[in-house]
Amino acid sequence: MATYDFIFNGLGLRDWCDKDATTGPMSMADLLAQRTGGGPTTSAWDLPFPSLDALNKACPAIARTRDLTKGVETSFLDIKDTLKIVLDPVTQPLSWFLEGALYAFQNTPWFIMIPLLLALVYFASKSLKLVGFVAFSILFLAFIDHYHFAMQTLAIIFVCAFLCVLLGVPIGIAMSRSDTMQRMTIPVLDMLQTLPPFVYLIPLIFLFSVTEPKLYGIAIILYAIVPVIRLTDLGIRLVDKEVIEAADAFGMTDRQKLYGVQIPLALPNIMAGVNQTIMMSLAMVVIASLVSAPGLGVLVLRGIRNLELGVGLIAGLGIVLLAVILDRVTKAALARVNAASAAQRNS
Amino acid sequence: MNGAAPMEKDVKLSIRNLYKIFGPNPMRALEHVRAGMGKPELWEKHCHVLGLQDINVDIQSGGITVIMGLSGSGKSTLIRHLNRLIEPTAGEILLDGEDVLAYDEKNMRRLRRHEMSMVFQHFALLPHKTVLENTGMARAVRGESREDYQDDAIKWLKRVGLDGQEGQYPHQLSGGMQQRVGIARALASDSPVMLMDEAFSALDPLIRTDMQDLLLELQEELQKTVVFISHDLDEALKLADHLVILKDGMIVQQGEPQEILLNPNDPYIVDFISDINRARVLRVRSVMDTSPDDPPAVAGEVDADATLESVIALSGGDTALSYKVLRNGEQAGYLNMQKLVRALVPTEASRDGMRKSSPAGSA
Repeated sequence: MATYDFIFNGLGLRDWCDKDATTGPMSMADLLAQRTGGGPTTSAWDLPFPSLDALNKACPAIARTRDLTKGVETSFLDIKDTLKIVLDPVTQPLSWFLEGALYAFQNTPWFIMIPLLLALVYFASKSLKLVGFVAFSILFLAFIDHYHFAMQTLAIIFVCAFLCVLLGVPIGIAMSRSDTMQRMTIPVLDMLQTLPPFVYLIPLIFLFSVTEPKLYGIAIILYAIVPVIRLTDLGIRLVDKEVIEAADAFGMTDRQKLYGVQIPLALPNIMAGVNQTIMMSLAMVVIASLVSAPGLGVLVLRGIRNLELGVGLIAGLGIVLLAVILDRVTKAALARVNAASAAQRNS
Repeated sequence: MNGAAPMEKDVKLSIRNLYKIFGPNPMRALEHVRAGMGKPELWEKHCHVLGLQDINVDIQSGGITVIMGLSGSGKSTLIRHLNRLIEPTAGEILLDGEDVLAYDEKNMRRLRRHEMSMVFQHFALLPHKTVLENTGMARAVRGESREDYQDDAIKWLKRVGLDGQEGQYPHQLSGGMQQRVGIARALASDSPVMLMDEAFSALDPLIRTDMQDLLLELQEELQKTVVFISHDLDEALKLADHLVILKDGMIVQQGEPQEILLNPNDPYIVDFISDINRARVLRVRSVMDTSPDDPPAVAGEVDADATLESVIALSGGDTALSYKVLRNGEQAGYLNMQKLVRALVPTEASRDGMRKSSPAGSA
């Protein structure tokens, strides 16, 4: 006897319900009920919500919720192979990039790598103070033997952030040009941003082998690409309407307008997006250590798994240092872009 | 409509029966408008905004046509139809007799690059480009290299009074100077038609006067076909060869400014012109007698284009005098001071009572 029997009896569906009633695997609740030997309680306070499971009790022909999750799983597994045929070659370059970057970052001797990085910092920021800070941080990490892990993390971030910009800026431009495109893209971006990072590791594990770098590469890119897309779109839409009108009035083609007016004027916003993207790749690279991403995240993971407090905390500190370095350098680069164009706005 | 001024010059641009309706289904709304529905009714019943209604203007080659109206009268919408930044709902725009609306994208780009240039209210300079690059923008858009346009751009910058500023960025200049760059940019494109959308409205009054003088001076020299949008009657009267007054998307009156001032045909215009300094705006030629019955004794000679103000100063306020009026050194008529003073009184129609009853005023 189940609570909702009366519905199916009343509708004359009893035969349909019991037609091929195969008693599927019992749920935990069923087992418990059997054990306590209690029949269905009749108090109105205990009226269960007419969920799939509750209805299934009354009418076995109705699917249970675990059939739903099972269905999602089997259908994903069914399309998996076809999906792989398409996705594998498309994403293969990502694996090469990551492997190449990891190889280059780890096999360049430290006495070449560190000056190279410092030169890059100076080129982006033109600030010696910042170069000093970065030098101190990297040398400190090297001194405590975290240099290799830090370089692995950095290599992954370089590749992923670069690809994010490469893909994200054109998507942002397309969004800014078409309202339909924007309406379709925004829900996807919202989903990517709010989905807990662990959740989209799950289908990726099914799709790719855990030994392939592209597995974590895709996870990082999916997570980190959102801000650069959003801010490119926003930046281009915020360009002064009158300036766009002037560009039209003087007969600029769409291409001239895009490269000559829209992108240069949206650059501060795009750079802010790049900064956010880099910070988010750093956040994700730690989580991605769960799926074999090398770097400081591995140490954090070890700290959690083996309860090695010190290892986890020091690696965490290393991540913080990297985050501060990346943030300061991109912010300094952004400030240089802004100095050239911000004053123009409030003239 | 009162008669347009006698056509001495060619018509460069011509707007014929132009309608613009904003809304989801403008063609349906157009039928209602053609059937006589007004702007408020169209908004209430069909949620469409009537932007422009049956606009007919002939823009003379080599003259300044000022389109004047208050905000919301559709003047900025109208000027954007000329280079099709806004597409009309119905009507024709003819440039040298060719229908601009029939142009495809390529022809349209050619028109914008070679035939028309535009000056904007808030300057609309490219903030990341130098003054020189901004000035040469029209030429750069055509694909010319910096070397090609550089000399020309510097020449025009010099002409508008921005000597030696070509390396600056727009934000380093004051508003007035930025608009000079805007004008130099339009001039450097060498297009015969120049559209000016409230070009001086964002400037301080003194700078605005300077810029108006600059425009008149340039115009004397270059004889471009200028379409100027303004909400300022003093500015409109100062600049206009042909004045078009818009109200709620309709032309209330158009013609020579002096003519409109002396013969306003609508209470709206009477209201409009009641506050201006007529002595400064009206010219001798508008109030003189061309062939009086008996030539009076003259106290001196004045130019036909002199303002009444200057004649009053000349006469020392004596209303008994008469002057001989000269145009280009030849006698054009006589000016009687009493008639001059009478012309200074705002149109009879502007007195209370007349405003509402009869729109037809006479000086």
